[in-house]
Amino acid sequence: MSETTTPATATPPDRRVSGVSIRLDGVTKRYPGQDRPAVDDVSLEIPAGETVMFVGPSGCGKTTLLKMLNRLIEPTSGRIHLGDEDVTDQDPDRLRRRIGYVIQAGGLFPHMTVGTNVALVPRMLGWDKRRTATRVDELLDLVGLDPAVYRDRYPRELSGGQQQRVGVARALAADPPVLLMDEPFGAVDPVTRLRLQDELLRIQEELGKTIVFVTHDFDEAVKLGDRIVVFDVGARVVQYDTPEAILANPAEEYVADFVGAGATLKQLTLTRVGDVELRQVTTAVVGTDSAQAVAAVRSAGHDFVVVLDERGRPISWPTLAELTRTTTVPAAVDERLPVVDLRSTLNDALDTMLAASQGGVVVTGRREALAGVLMVESVMAAIQRSRAEVAG
Amino acid sequence: MTAATESSSLGAPESVTRRADETTAGAGRGDWRALATQPLLVAVGVLAFVLWRANATLTETEARQLGWTALWTGIREHLLLTVASAVIVLLIAVPLGIALTRRPLRRFSPLISGIANTGQAAPAIGLFVLLATWLGFGFGTTVVALVVYAALPVLRNTMVGIQGVDPRLVEAGRGMGMSAAAVLFRVELPLAVPVVLAGVRTALVLLVGTATLATFIDGGGLGVLINTGITLSLDSLLVSGAVLVALLALAVDWLGRVVEHVARPKGL
Ligand SMILES: Nc1ncnc2c1ncn2[C@@H]1O[C@H](COP(=O)(O)OP(=O)(O)O)[C@@H](O)[C@H]1O
Ligand SMILES: [Mg+2]
Repeated sequence: MSETTTPATATPPDRRVSGVSIRLDGVTKRYPGQDRPAVDDVSLEIPAGETVMFVGPSGCGKTTLLKMLNRLIEPTSGRIHLGDEDVTDQDPDRLRRRIGYVIQAGGLFPHMTVGTNVALVPRMLGWDKRRTATRVDELLDLVGLDPAVYRDRYPRELSGGQQQRVGVARALAADPPVLLMDEPFGAVDPVTRLRLQDELLRIQEELGKTIVFVTHDFDEAVKLGDRIVVFDVGARVVQYDTPEAILANPAEEYVADFVGAGATLKQLTLTRVGDVELRQVTTAVVGTDSAQAVAAVRSAGHDFVVVLDERGRPISWPTLAELTRTTTVPAAVDERLPVVDLRSTLNDALDTMLAASQGGVVVTGRREALAGVLMVESVMAAIQRSRAEVAG
Repeated sequence: MTAATESSSLGAPESVTRRADETTAGAGRGDWRALATQPLLVAVGVLAFVLWRANATLTETEARQLGWTALWTGIREHLLLTVASAVIVLLIAVPLGIALTRRPLRRFSPLISGIANTGQAAPAIGLFVLLATWLGFGFGTTVVALVVYAALPVLRNTMVGIQGVDPRLVEAGRGMGMSAAAVLFRVELPLAVPVVLAGVRTALVLLVGTATLATFIDGGGLGVLINTGITLSLDSLLVSGAVLVALLALAVDWLGRVVEHVARPKGL
């Protein structure tokens, strides 16, 4: 048996943790009729309350390894522990009710409403109707869907991103300590994916589950992961470390190749929007007097204003000239307004700017309230700094 | 960004596909219109037949064969044959179809499909005669023959319906801790219902048609009318029998469609 790969650094102590650790001991999976095992003697420890990302080339055994954690695939040999408990021989159905499982496109049952889908595991665990109903609403809230609006809809009536949110809510329904996610955001468009990632970060900050997340997107791994496991064929663990450490010191040439040549630019993925200085802007609330707003913008020396709705959420950013032509601050929502979250990476921000052909993005924080504006110059400055660091 | 219109905290670019229900409600109305025309057609057909029967000048033999009680007996026998065989088909073919999609029996499903296909390719009359020489004449043998003949579409559609369920949904079900039986009854079967019911409807229509052959082995039904019409060269009997069978088939098909419409799971 190989030595157990343990992460190099410890969990920051200030985080809330509701997850349990996972330990794999010499886990092997040999599919019938194949000469090489799909997963070959893997030992791995995943700390409680952390998000660990599985990356590696297609067919290297990530999904197989993940599905052995909830025994959708039975290991040929090896042991699996959840916390202090050896679950290798536990009844798989009972085990799985304690492990949330999220797949691509959510895997929602199309003939059940959103509410019924989310209620499935609590009902199986014998929760009464009222407790289940309360929990369903709580979870829909958690993933950013208004329960009153979405509870009784069918999955078909939701967008891909919304379905994926419900998939996450369903997996979290019975408050499992562990969440397994297999390329969950692989099927949605880039903008939606970015939002779902931000949302997951927020949920994880709140809940502190142990999350194992398979992805083929290294940027996603860097953004979401407390740690990353880089696998090679047969689920050989090539490197298991924090994103920073892997980017700084790829263990093998293979990892360096996988991470990509632009390691400097990869720093963009490590830096969060909240880490750099945001430009403060003049704001105006919908429906107020335009002349006043114009005066405020002028006196601040700005050339545009960010319009907020009644709840303080940015909805458009007209120029001074545009604002001058109105009498009250317009309520029109600019569908193309580029917005990122404080948790988004600089990479996300840059992508969003490019997609909107704008020189900046509006940044939001808690409850989508305005946090400031990030200009492309600040992103450039961050790139310059990291280049200087790498060179020096 | 649509932050102001979306109550979801970060659901901005996703608000587009929300209201799919209006379009489906429209489609629903269209379905009902189609469903409403078929019984109308049957009613018109029945009315035309009744008018013709009441006003036509018939010979004594014709009048006896086409007497209201004789007709009613024929229709009743025909329906009884159809319903009895359909019930037995459902009881056999649906569970068998389900069993053949389960892991232990899955490898037999091509074999059974093959046998069933061959069975249906064989001429029905041959099957009737063969079974009659083995089991004797009468109602029972007729039902057996009809069951053998009509089981295929139900069996095949049950298998196809279940196999057509997205395997990721089955995996999602198992992955959240549903037992194999729970996944079958709560996910696979409900999603297979439309396909299974389409098979049942096909079988019913097939049964109404094939039951006309019952007369050759003393099974009764409307085939008697047709057969007598042929042997005695009485076109009125032959055509009456054929028309009644056709109307019955249309009516049964309509009933099947209504059931399909009502039983179709919401949300699909
Ligand atoms: N059910 C299966 N039967 C046989 N081989 C399989 C099965 N599932 C996966 N494999 C093989 O195991 C290897 C690992 O697959 P997988 O775990 O899906 O990789 P990944 O998720 O990293 O792309 C691949 O070579 C694949 O072909
Ligand atoms: Mg995979």
